Amino acid sequence: MINDALQSRRYVIVGIMTAVIVLYVLRLFTIQIIDTKYKNGADSNAFLKKTQFPPRGLIYDRNHTLMVYNKAAYDIALIMREIHDLDTVAFCKALSIDKKYLINRLADIKDRHKNPGYSSYTPQLFMTQLNIEDVATIQQSMYKYPGFYIQNRTLREYPFSAAAHVLGSIGEVSRGKIEADDYYNSGDYAGRDGIEYTYEETLRGEKGVEILLRDAKGRIKGKYENGKEDIAPKAGQNMTLTLDSKLQILAEKLLKGKIGSVVAIEPATGEILAMVSNPSFNPSLLSGRQRSRNYKQLLDDPTKPLLNRATQAQYSPGSSFKPVQALVCQQMGGINEGTMFGCSGPESSPVKCTHHHGSPVSLLSAIEQSCNPYFWNAFRVTVEKDGYGDKNAIFRKNFQEWSDRIKSFGFGAKFTESDIYEQTRGFVPTESFFNKVYKAVTGWRAITIRSLGIGQGEILVTPLQLANEMCVIANQGYYITPHLNRCDSMLKNKHIAKVDKKFFPIVNEGLWRVFEFGTAKASKIPDISMCGKTGTVQNSHGKDHAILVGFAPRENPKIAIAVVIENAGYGSTYAAPIFSLMVEQYLKGKITRTDLEEQISNIITNSNVQKR
Amino acid sequence: MSKNVSIKYALDWTTVFFYVVLVFMGWISIYGASYNFDQASIFDFSQRAGKQFIWIVTAFALGGILLLIDSRLYNIFAWFIYVAAILLLIVTIFVAHDIKGSRSWLVLGPVSFQPAELAKMATALGLAKYMSAYNYKLKTWKDLIPLGIIIFIPFILIILQNETGTALVYLAFTLMLYREGMNGIVLLIGTFAVALFITIVKLSIVPIQVDHGTLGMVMGMFMILLVQFVYAIFFCRNQKEALILLLGTIVISIASYVLNFWFYLNYNYVAILTVVASCIYWGIIEVFYRYKKYLFVVFFSIGSVMFCFSVDYLFTKVLEPHQQVRIKVLLNMDDAPLGAGYNVNQSKIAIGSGGFFGKGFLNGTQTKLKYVPEQDTDFIFCTVGEEHGFWGSTLVLFVYWLLLTRLIRMAERARDAFSRVYGYCVASIFFFHLMVNVGMVLGIMPVIGIPLPFFSYGGSSLWGFTILLFIMIRLDAARLERLH
Repeated sequence: MINDALQSRRYVIVGIMTAVIVLYVLRLFTIQIIDTKYKNGADSNAFLKKTQFPPRGLIYDRNHTLMVYNKAAYDIALIMREIHDLDTVAFCKALSIDKKYLINRLADIKDRHKNPGYSSYTPQLFMTQLNIEDVATIQQSMYKYPGFYIQNRTLREYPFSAAAHVLGSIGEVSRGKIEADDYYNSGDYAGRDGIEYTYEETLRGEKGVEILLRDAKGRIKGKYENGKEDIAPKAGQNMTLTLDSKLQILAEKLLKGKIGSVVAIEPATGEILAMVSNPSFNPSLLSGRQRSRNYKQLLDDPTKPLLNRATQAQYSPGSSFKPVQALVCQQMGGINEGTMFGCSGPESSPVKCTHHHGSPVSLLSAIEQSCNPYFWNAFRVTVEKDGYGDKNAIFRKNFQEWSDRIKSFGFGAKFTESDIYEQTRGFVPTESFFNKVYKAVTGWRAITIRSLGIGQGEILVTPLQLANEMCVIANQGYYITPHLNRCDSMLKNKHIAKVDKKFFPIVNEGLWRVFEFGTAKASKIPDISMCGKTGTVQNSHGKDHAILVGFAPRENPKIAIAVVIENAGYGSTYAAPIFSLMVEQYLKGKITRTDLEEQISNIITNSNVQKR
Repeated sequence: MSKNVSIKYALDWTTVFFYVVLVFMGWISIYGASYNFDQASIFDFSQRAGKQFIWIVTAFALGGILLLIDSRLYNIFAWFIYVAAILLLIVTIFVAHDIKGSRSWLVLGPVSFQPAELAKMATALGLAKYMSAYNYKLKTWKDLIPLGIIIFIPFILIILQNETGTALVYLAFTLMLYREGMNGIVLLIGTFAVALFITIVKLSIVPIQVDHGTLGMVMGMFMILLVQFVYAIFFCRNQKEALILLLGTIVISIASYVLNFWFYLNYNYVAILTVVASCIYWGIIEVFYRYKKYLFVVFFSIGSVMFCFSVDYLFTKVLEPHQQVRIKVLLNMDDAPLGAGYNVNQSKIAIGSGGFFGKGFLNGTQTKLKYVPEQDTDFIFCTVGEEHGFWGSTLVLFVYWLLLTRLIRMAERARDAFSRVYGYCVASIFFFHLMVNVGMVLGIMPVIGIPLPFFSYGGSSLWGFTILLFIMIRLDAARLERLH
């Protein structure tokens, strides 16, 4: 049966086997004897690299008052492969956790769905953000629990409860962020919202490494080369915000019991002096171990305290839109300083007037008295100034021009160069929008969109945009993108409004008259000349929104403010005093009308808003 | 008439000796690899070394029992064993629990084992039975088809259990088939295909002149032309035709390079057209000069070109992501020491740190600090490399070499085809396991999770290898019985 012809093939087969084994021996020779890089690799494997977390940058306000700082906290990390003979009872007792928590936590760490970066060879976070009291017991007996380590880190602390929306908070990094940025490992903390998020890379600093040596039994033998190779953590950079903490605190106090927001900006620089949204919360709620529980509570609150209404809520501007309307209508040649329109008070048609004044009215007194028919007529003659043309083409072109000029005041778009965490765009209707709504290019005329004349209807603005509008008027024609970081680089974001400087003085005069003789004269401060415009905005949710926009002083303005109180009533009653008190605080440094301050802060317009 | 010779004399004690040596060294290595700092005894049955001791003792007992069985029974029951193993594989797919994605473990009370380990033995018996039939001769391609089916059924069933690595072991049977008469060209083509695959995958990311084709495709085509050249010179002794091919290739290369100054040319297409042109050239020679030798070259070249085109598809669509990554790591295309390349990198570090003499028994920091994954199963060779260094690892490889050559000697001295085929199957399987496992640990092979015979921790594999080997020893011992 022996197949002679094929028998010699055995040598080929033995040859192949021998060749492979000889190749492997040669490879072993290279790896083990010739090449030194693997020996070095082994040395570095015997290291234990402990991450040293840098302290996060501190945050100050514009007057160098500390707003956010750090306090020490401790994490307990573990290396799964090194854990053995764990005395669970003693361990749980030392950390005051129950055994079930321990088991669940270990399972979570090993679960690659929840912890994608898991490796049993590298430190994993077991518990985070413990206080010194929490770790005091276990610190002395740590040697009994091989595989477990204590790491230092820092927690955010706040000297006073203010500006939660602006400052934001830090939280554990998400899975997506770990994958996107090599800096982060599972269990690390990073800014989640607000300034902490926008300036994460400035504030976080650089992690350091402490290199410890171990022997074959895993015992730590001390520092590698006496710590020569250690990398010290680099603290995050401190930041100075544009906020004025006193003004911020005052505004938060004045908004108590109300739903609304206040934004104050320094017109010359675009620096945000105060940005308040109420209801708010204590920022320290979102720091430390209780973060997720508190966060859920805030999320479930029907008054939505997590929403930053100052930048995210949008309203019809109502009468606060009239100054811009006056400027754009002049620029487009629809009206001039001397243009008069008749007003029949509440009997006016198609737009009623809510105020009683003489007729006909001039531009100046129309602003002072907030005359609705005047602004409807001004809007009408502006967009109809060249007639309608074929298929309304001329009218539509003029309307689009009006829309563009309105937008140049910062309306209808986010401030993209800004460092504000979240903004809503707001809305300024365009020609194509109305073509779509009315289904034809000829489907709409000036009368169809008359509400726009008085700041109602389709137009939507955020309180931030309203404050910015006042900056444009205070600066007579431009604004700097509103921002929170006090640094020079932000000042170059200058935007020119599409209205010539010469049209501003009459509007300025009109706004000054509002506080001297008009709707807001009750809130006048004797020795400060203030400009402003009240607004009482109809809406479908209940009582009117009270709005006041303005700036002060009239000459060389230092502060522009927008106040919006939801469902409160008249702008002159609810919003104007807040404006007035804030101007006093900012320009004079203190409040003399303390009883007015108390009175305003005691007004409750919404019973759901709890005191926080 | 056969006479029962005492098994004591007929037994190939040398093989048994190698077996015992390897098993013992494996046991020591498992103790080293799974050694915990505080625990001391190698016989601690809660630890892996202790458990492996139980497996070893039972494996010895199993080997002993196998030696007592009449050798003819293996021949008689070969088909029965083969079919039973197939049924067991099928049952396993449905019954087995999912362990890390694999559905290959059967649990019987306290014991769990992998039927796939038994299937290797069963397939070897099946092949041996079929090929030892009186009128069977492996001459033409057609004779391979039934063998292909015998191999393919367990192969696909094991793939279905998600044990791709174990299934690949069935490739080892090509060595046996070669010995039994399969055309050696199959081995060469296989080697060439691997070389092409590596070239294309590794170099297809290297562009030529930014967007004028890829180095991988062009190199692949050059390799095909090289095979044509060598074939013409050494197999057909047609120096003139080979020279024309060489000149043509050089002319086309230079011409396309020069033309590129004025026209946009994609070198990939130039290279492929060159191969097509060469095929036409050989075709003309075949038809006009009736050499009758070049048809193979034409088919081979066309097949290779098609293979080159499908490499990309094979790599991205047929291979699973983790398999793609393993190949990329092997080809140095994925450089992430903490990512996918972690295992192999750590294993190389552990072995490399052993030096010539090693760090000594139980002194390896790399394996002790658990840097090497799967260090007592698939990566067990690391422990040898770290603790016993170059001389220890070489010794282990040498013992394997002794065992393998001994097995081939035993197979060759067999008096019937059944024993010879079975013997070659066993040798091929051991060799494949050794080649893939040690190659993987040394970073020469992609990471394929198959155990190192007799070394890796685990009862299933140890039993499987013991059964394979001892049936062979038993069949070998029977050669003396037939003498009388």
